[in-house]
Amino acid sequence: MSSHELTLHAAEEQKNEDKALFGFWVYIMTDCVLFGTLFAVYAVLHGNTFGGPSGADLFKLPYIMIETLLLLTSSYTCGLAMLAARRGDKRATINWFVLTFLLGAAFLTMELVEFTKLAHEGHSWQASGFLSSYFTLVGTHGLHITVGLLWMFLLVVKLWRQGFVGSTVKKLSMLSMFWHFLDIIWIFIFTFVYLFGALKV
Amino acid sequence: MSKSPANTTAEHETGHKDHGTFRTYTIGFILSIYLTLMAYYMTVHHSLSRNGLVASLAMMAVVQLAVQLLFFLHLGQENKPRWNLITFSFALLVVIVVVFGSLWIMNNLDYNMHSTKDINKYLNSQDGF
Repeated sequence: MSSHELTLHAAEEQKNEDKALFGFWVYIMTDCVLFGTLFAVYAVLHGNTFGGPSGADLFKLPYIMIETLLLLTSSYTCGLAMLAARRGDKRATINWFVLTFLLGAAFLTMELVEFTKLAHEGHSWQASGFLSSYFTLVGTHGLHITVGLLWMFLLVVKLWRQGFVGSTVKKLSMLSMFWHFLDIIWIFIFTFVYLFGALKV
Repeated sequence: MSKSPANTTAEHETGHKDHGTFRTYTIGFILSIYLTLMAYYMTVHHSLSRNGLVASLAMMAVVQLAVQLLFFLHLGQENKPRWNLITFSFALLVVIVVVFGSLWIMNNLDYNMHSTKDINKYLNSQDGF
C-alpha cells in the first residue's frame, strides 16, 4: 500500500473506534438512568425502617472509607493502564490492570463481608423498606463491579496471550470507561447513603 | 500505538487529544482523594450544623463528579459536535427529574403514611380515597 492509502486506512480505523466508543458511552448513560431510579427509590424509602435500625445504627464509616479509597485508587490505576495501552506497552498495561483487578477484588470482598454480616445480624433485605432499597442500590453497584472484574480478567488474559491486536485498545478503552463510571456511582453511594446515613437525615 | 508516519498523520487529521496524560490522571486522583477525605472528616467531626453538612456534602459529591468526568473520562475535550457531552446532559436531566420528581410526589403523599387512626378518620370523612 502507498503511504496515502495507509493514511486513509488508519483514519478509517480511528473513525470506527470512535463510533464504537460513542456507542458504549450511550450505554453507560442509560446505566446512569438505571442508577438514578434506584437512588430515587432509596431516597423515598430510607426512612421506612419498620421499627428496626436505621443507617446511622448499621453503617461503620471507617470501614466504608477504606472501601472508597480502594475503589478510587483502582480508578486511577485503570487510567494509568490505559496510558500504557495507548503507548503499546504490553507489560506495563498488564501490570496496571492486575493492580486494578486486585484493588477491585478487595473492594468487592469488603462489600460482601459487610452484606453477609448485616444479613446474619437479622438486617437482611426482608427486614424493612430501608434495607430493601439499600441492598438493591448497593447490590446493583456490586453486581456491576463483579461483571467489570470478570471482563477485566478476560481482557488481560487475552492481552497476555495475544499481545496488542487490532481491537485491543478499543476494548480496553470501553472497560476503563465502565470502571471510571462505577467509581463515580460509588462516590454518590458513599455520600448519599453512607455519609448522609450517619447524619440521621 | 506505534508512531509510524501513517498513524501520526491520522491522529493529526482527526485531532485526537482526549486520552489524558499521567499528569491529568494524577491531578484528578489527588483532587478525588482530597474531596473524599474532607467529606469523611466533616461528617465524623460534625464540623457544621446538620443543614450545613447536608449542603456541603452534596456540593462536594457534585464537584467530585465534575473532577472525575474531566480528568478520568475526558468529557468535553472531544471535537464538535460534542455528542458525548450532549448525551450526558440529557441523561443528567432524566436522573434529576426521576430523583427530585419522586421525592416531590412521595412527600405529597404524606397522608398515606400517617397513623391508622388518622387514615381511618380521613377515609370516613372522604368516603374512601
